[in-house]
Amino acid sequence: MSEIVHQPATPFRLGVIVLLVVLACAVLVWRAVDLHVFNKKFLQEQGDARAIRVEKVVAHRGMITDRFGEPLAISTPVDSIWVHPKTFLAETAKHAQLAELLEMKVSDIRRMVQSRHDREFVYLKRRINPTIADQVMAMQIPGINTQREYRRYYPLGEVAAHVVGFTNVDDQGQEGLELAFNEWLRGVPGKQRVIKDRLGHVIKYAELIKSADPGKELQLSIDRRLQYLAYRELKRAVFQHKAKSGSAVILDARTGEVLAMVNQPAYNPNNRQYLHGSRYRNRAVTDTFEPGSAIKPFTIAAALESGRYTPQTAVNTAPGYLKVGSNSIRDIRNYGKIDVAKVIQKSSNVGASKIALSMPGEKLWAIHNKVGFGMTSGSGFPGEVEGVLNHSSQWREIDQATLSYGYGISVTALQLARAYGVIANDGILMPVTFLRRSEMPKGEAVMQKKTARQLIAMLEKVVTEEGTGKRANISGYRVAGKTGTIKKAAAGGYQDDKYLSVFAGLAPAGNPRLVMVVVVNEPRQGDYYGGDVAAPVFRKVIAGALHLLGIPPDETGPHSIHVAAAGARQ
Amino acid sequence: MSPSPRYSSDFADDTRLSNGGRLSQQFHIDVPMLVALLTLAFVGLIVMYSAGGQDGGAVWRQFFLLFIGFAVMSVIAQIHPTTLKIWTPWIFGAGLLMLFIVLLAGEIGKGAQRWLNIAGFRFQPSEIMKIALPMMIAWYLAESVLPPRRARLLICSVILVVPVALVAKQPDLGTALLIASSGIFALFLSGVRWRLIISLLTIAAACIPFAWGALHDYQRQRVYTFLNPESDPLGSGYHIIQSTIAIGSGGVYGKGWLNGTQSHLDFLPERETDFIFAVLSEEFGFMGVLILLAIYLFITARGLLIASQAQDTFTRLLAGSLSLTFFVYFFVNIGMVSGLLPVVGVPLPLISRGGTSLVTIMAGFGILMSIKTNRKLVSH
Repeated sequence: MSEIVHQPATPFRLGVIVLLVVLACAVLVWRAVDLHVFNKKFLQEQGDARAIRVEKVVAHRGMITDRFGEPLAISTPVDSIWVHPKTFLAETAKHAQLAELLEMKVSDIRRMVQSRHDREFVYLKRRINPTIADQVMAMQIPGINTQREYRRYYPLGEVAAHVVGFTNVDDQGQEGLELAFNEWLRGVPGKQRVIKDRLGHVIKYAELIKSADPGKELQLSIDRRLQYLAYRELKRAVFQHKAKSGSAVILDARTGEVLAMVNQPAYNPNNRQYLHGSRYRNRAVTDTFEPGSAIKPFTIAAALESGRYTPQTAVNTAPGYLKVGSNSIRDIRNYGKIDVAKVIQKSSNVGASKIALSMPGEKLWAIHNKVGFGMTSGSGFPGEVEGVLNHSSQWREIDQATLSYGYGISVTALQLARAYGVIANDGILMPVTFLRRSEMPKGEAVMQKKTARQLIAMLEKVVTEEGTGKRANISGYRVAGKTGTIKKAAAGGYQDDKYLSVFAGLAPAGNPRLVMVVVVNEPRQGDYYGGDVAAPVFRKVIAGALHLLGIPPDETGPHSIHVAAAGARQ
Repeated sequence: MSPSPRYSSDFADDTRLSNGGRLSQQFHIDVPMLVALLTLAFVGLIVMYSAGGQDGGAVWRQFFLLFIGFAVMSVIAQIHPTTLKIWTPWIFGAGLLMLFIVLLAGEIGKGAQRWLNIAGFRFQPSEIMKIALPMMIAWYLAESVLPPRRARLLICSVILVVPVALVAKQPDLGTALLIASSGIFALFLSGVRWRLIISLLTIAAACIPFAWGALHDYQRQRVYTFLNPESDPLGSGYHIIQSTIAIGSGGVYGKGWLNGTQSHLDFLPERETDFIFAVLSEEFGFMGVLILLAIYLFITARGLLIASQAQDTFTRLLAGSLSLTFFVYFFVNIGMVSGLLPVVGVPLPLISRGGTSLVTIMAGFGILMSIKTNRKLVSH
């Protein structure tokens, strides 16, 4: 047959074919060698670069506690649930069960994921209890993952909010002591190598490069109980008087530690949504005010230290007003000729001004400067302001006079408390701190001990039936303090209808332990005098604090018997 | 029909296993080819287990498909080449008809109209053409004097161009390429004059710019991507970048079975189907690739041997064409996955998941075995 005739052509063709096949295979082998051997290193690195990632190991942020170790800020582990939308939406069988566990609606979950279906990563719910997260993961729903985080929890809520502050979502301090001591608290995140798949799921924790160093604990000087007490009473007063705002500070008279610091309005640091920034302010250190009569003791201190005055030195305040240039300084009524102690007790502006004007301005400035006005307290609290104390060289005569009763000077509640601390602590100025002191710091003697004692004696008379601060009186304890009722400054002068009520005091007067300043801003209902608005807050808080701290009563004599009888009646 | 000892002693390669040889002759099975195919299937299952994310289900599915494939092969091996030859025009005609039907009423999947649904059984008629076309050309040329005359060649080119064009229109470039090459191999083996081949090649080269215009956008994109995969690393270049990384990072000995990061971490796309070679390369390295190529080469060589020993034009052309088409399969697939060729949808034979092409390939081996074992019974 013809086909057999032509067969000899085939072996050559077949040879060509075989040659081509072998050549082609050689090309494949060459390519394989090229990739497997010559480009191996590069391609392996490329592969690793796709799969191996170095991830941060979150560090546990240090706890903030009060002076007794009670927690004020704790970091607790939480998990965030996230999904890979495409994978997640492909399998819907367990969605209802999942929604129930997360306390969400199935339709909401679907809508949430659907609207971002082109992404690789969508949070379903952030910061949930790890036990719930474990249950979610146990359901083995495709496309679902967890991410470990730490959530900051503030057990005292709004009570200590301003002092403690808060952290942001990245666990960094934003306000308050969380911010001031961020470096101390935050710890150092570690590093670990993980193997991730294309969708970013961690497949394997390959190696811990560096473990996370947890942050250090921070023990504050705050006493949680006093903090509660001060918060409660301040809030009540602000509410009762429909005041705009308020602050209160309690210092340990001997050490300068801040035992309590509260403000109104406050906020809940555990849920800060929809909150206005003004609520975040720790007004006790960030807001200044003219202290009014509460500052009179320091003019008197200058007078006593000059040696020209004693508590018994007579000052003529008649006829109840004093002309200084074109200005006139007034008392509520004409007190006539009174001694220095009475000037304090009755809070005579004329008396204080006369004393102030009788001295060199330089001396007057010096005492205010030495007790810490016009400078920060050194507490390191974020946003603390200096206030204003102009140097005497800039004063006119009227400025020297008004300074004596607290106008033309501005202070913070903390500054005022610190200055009263000088009176309480035998003339020694202590540095202020929010941290618990392990050893007594060196104070600075800025006033004679004798002057301080004489001031306390005079200030005790304020808190009597005849004084302006009688409502600060605490049965069984000797209390010293001074009221202040300030017309608020406004553009071009002072307003008649806006007041600031202040009380600054210390107890027990015999051996001062606590210093407290209460400021209530713009009380609009009922009284507005410092003796009526701020003094009762002082009384309630300090009375409670003295009991809580187990400080023995120092009032002897018939009055104490009266107290016992009063207690028996109740 | 039963073979006698006289014939079996004529096979140089079968004398070693004269018993087995006789038995294999009886069941029309070529033992070396079968062993190579089984080895390949076994390798395929191992790689599939890894590529499928260690899912036993995927392996069982593939096992089942392989079983069907081997069954089809065994059944077809029982059909005498003469019978096949008689059926050829009918098979080709039916295949062509179905291609037309697909064009008019086929099912659409992944943007292409390739599927035909007959009584709930889905399949791609283009697969039939992979075998029907070389059969048809072999059948047609077997009737004539070789090398074929011009008129016959013209008709041959019509036989070739019509189904290729229909498949390319679906569009399914990979299958069209395989069908075309199966026909071209048959023609080449028939002894078409070199002068004609060279002039055809020249014409083909001249036609490239026109063919370029006829390509679909996505096909053109594939060529661009092939030329410079880094130009669009997250888009069309993604496949090829990921697969070359997978291959190269395997190194000489591989990362070990189930340890491939590219494949297991979901970076490698299509890892159970067209890109499964990358999984094998990553986990078994250069050595694994060499072994795989050796098996493939052995099967091709065995097929070409069968072709060279075939005793009539029809079987010789058919066997040669089927063997070479098999070669094109793995060459194009490996070339594509390792970045030597543009991305064309060609599976890695017996390893990639997928039923239809597997069955076609195994049917081809069935024909080869039939040709091999029925040699002596062809009268001269």
